[in-house]
Amino acid sequence: MKYLTFAAGVFCATGLAAQTPELTVYTYDSFVSEWGPGPQIEKAFEAECGCDLKFVSAGDGASLLARLKLEGARSDADVVLGLDTNLMASAEDSGLFTPSEVDVEYDLPVAWESDTFVPYDWGYFAFIHNKGVTPPQDFLELAKSDMKILIQDPRSSTPGLGLLMWVKAAYGEDAAQVWADLADNIVTVTKGWSEAYGLFLDGEADMVLSYTTSPAYHIIAEDDDTKEAAAFDEGHYMQVEVAAKLAASDQPELAEQFLQFMVTDAFQSVIPTTNWMYPSVIPGDGLPEGFEGLVEPRKSLLLPPAEVQAARDEALNEWLTALSQ
Amino acid sequence: MADRAQPVISPVSGRPGLGAAAMVAVLILGPLLAVFLRAEAGAGLVRADWAAIRFTVWQAVLSAVISVVLAVPVARALARRRFAGRSVLITLLGAPFILPVIVAVLGLLAVFGRNGWISQGLGLMGLPPVQVYGLHGVVLAHVFFNLPLATRLILQGWQDIPAEHFRLAAQLGAGSRVIWRLIERPMLARVVPGALAVIFAICLTSFAVALTLGGGPRATTIELAIYQAFTFDFDLGRAALLSVVQIALTLGAALIALRVASGDGLGAGLDRPVQRWDAAGRGARILDSTLIVAAGLFLLLPMLAIVAEGVPGLLRLPASVGRAALVSLGVALGSTAVMLLVALPMALAIAAGRGSVELAGLLGLAVSPLVIGTGLFLIVNPIADPFALALPVTAGVNAVMGLPFALRILVPAAREVLSVQGRLALSLNMRGLTFLRLVILPRMRPQIGFAAGLVAALSMGDLGVIALFAETDVATLPLQIYRLMGAYQMQAASGAGLLLLALSVGLFWVLDRGGRWHVAA
Repeated sequence: MKYLTFAAGVFCATGLAAQTPELTVYTYDSFVSEWGPGPQIEKAFEAECGCDLKFVSAGDGASLLARLKLEGARSDADVVLGLDTNLMASAEDSGLFTPSEVDVEYDLPVAWESDTFVPYDWGYFAFIHNKGVTPPQDFLELAKSDMKILIQDPRSSTPGLGLLMWVKAAYGEDAAQVWADLADNIVTVTKGWSEAYGLFLDGEADMVLSYTTSPAYHIIAEDDDTKEAAAFDEGHYMQVEVAAKLAASDQPELAEQFLQFMVTDAFQSVIPTTNWMYPSVIPGDGLPEGFEGLVEPRKSLLLPPAEVQAARDEALNEWLTALSQ
Repeated sequence: MADRAQPVISPVSGRPGLGAAAMVAVLILGPLLAVFLRAEAGAGLVRADWAAIRFTVWQAVLSAVISVVLAVPVARALARRRFAGRSVLITLLGAPFILPVIVAVLGLLAVFGRNGWISQGLGLMGLPPVQVYGLHGVVLAHVFFNLPLATRLILQGWQDIPAEHFRLAAQLGAGSRVIWRLIERPMLARVVPGALAVIFAICLTSFAVALTLGGGPRATTIELAIYQAFTFDFDLGRAALLSVVQIALTLGAALIALRVASGDGLGAGLDRPVQRWDAAGRGARILDSTLIVAAGLFLLLPMLAIVAEGVPGLLRLPASVGRAALVSLGVALGSTAVMLLVALPMALAIAAGRGSVELAGLLGLAVSPLVIGTGLFLIVNPIADPFALALPVTAGVNAVMGLPFALRILVPAAREVLSVQGRLALSLNMRGLTFLRLVILPRMRPQIGFAAGLVAALSMGDLGVIALFAETDVATLPLQIYRLMGAYQMQAASGAGLLLLALSVGLFWVLDRGGRWHVAA
């Protein structure tokens, strides 16, 4: 009798599994944490897909791509969510991804051309300072000042790499000199965003590299308007976060449905106050209160994905040389 | 030492220990091999890697030497003095060692940073802030982490000297200097090389601490180069090569330590409480008190900063932090159990003269968590869901990584027990499990408790491989702290950091005290 119940249980369980297909989405850790967009998005998507949405977290964006390359075609992943413009070319070259049919008007400051990678949010890198501090107008003024900044290491952190590309996009050939001049302003370089931001809040430096949207967190979640982003005249480098379908997915329709869902209000309205980035398609009722006063850069900088790889290696060498003197 | 030259006749077989060592070696070298096999032909080590290797070795040497040099007088002061709250102080002094890196760094900088307490004090006097970032900052942080471990290991050495030696010395009218030459220096010659090797190995795998306190890419360590090779360049071959360099350096240091460590056993005593007639003078008292207060301030002020920052955050802790704390406790106890099962036979095998077992034990320190995690992932992935195994794998890896510390603690005691009680047991024909139960476990209880406490606490605080395997709803406390910080919730993260500190120290205290229960040490 026991065996029968057991057998029935197994049978029912497999029967159930066959009815609710499972969509596996690989993403970075902060997306799935209870403060990130993950939990709300899982609920909303499951309500309309009749499927089981499973988020799997793998460190940060760069680790995500490394993980997928390790797994290759054997991967369980159907969708990857959380690569960015700096990783796109390398991701494209891996041949792991396949184009989607998503076709919408994005609210991005730049034209979007890729049909493999679907942008779901974006932001500008910026230095955050306390109210009352007069920020420099650009990198050159920063380098001349005795302001102290905290940055992240481009080899281990997304914003760190963003800053590298920012200086490269703004100054090209002169980037190495800019870094050499900035060297005495840099208090330290941290492994990730959290360490740098934590040190900034503890008063270790005048400014920290983060996003123009960071003050929105303090305004909305903490009712604190003392944090501001410094607007730089060179323009600000952008980060666009993207998702893509895996070619080896065993749920291609569901994966496509998820990417389509990503650009709807149900997904996009969750982004601003959980991921603290701009949604890639502004939802029907606009941006939440607290976003309206944020710095809007005069110019948006973004290297085309194809140029990133070469620029990245050159910029990293310049950075290492300038800061290792 | 004498028993290396001629194998000790031991009532327990060395075979289980050899087996355990082989298992550990496979668990570590297997994943490394898996990474090599998966790697495509790469460029090998680049120029920047050699710079990273040079910096890593240099800062590790400095950190190990300074930690141990400072630990000797502190341990001597603690060994010579009895005062109220001494055992609590010794436990608290150990706290930096078991903290998660990010919490410890923030605590350290709250005291020594540009806006830290010291800089603020200097500011009041019109002086510029402390310049903490640089090589000296890296060494400061590593000494902060490792001075407690060095002190405990060396203090253990002092406590292993039978009280009768000091009694006899006092009877013969020997002063501090003679005691130093005849009793203490030989003891240090046995203990110090091992402590140096372990701390050198710990500092070899430093990453976030070295980078943050080092002030920039000058402070690039091998571990950062591995991270870069793996995630930034996706060059698995280079990551594995660098990992081999780490292992070679660790084993090299260990071999030197084993060769240099010398001196005979300390002989047996009747476990009387130690009394130091030679240290009763006023000068010695003042010196010892100063040392204890100085070390206490250096190690406890950052702890105080963590407590001060954490208390307001305690009220904001979400329920998930409590769940994560329970998961962490489970992982910590699991890895402690695994560690003891492996470490005890290994310690007995080493004590019986099989020195090679010690090298296998050190491997756990030498291998980068990123490489071992990746390798395990490559091995597990084709046969099982790696995510389902996240917690057991984390517990297993933490156990192996705690092994070197456990061995450093257990081996001297095991040597003592075998050399003192071994022949008697053999003459009584008492062997194997009976000897283990009747002699080894009771005699080694303090060391077993200390080792268990240390590994449990380390496992609590270690982010370890869980970050590579974590599923959404299974998180350990350190991982949850990183998540809170990543979500701007710095205050709640400080609260969770305080909770982790309290749990780790509590766990350590319970296990360590458990071992010393009814023992006046």
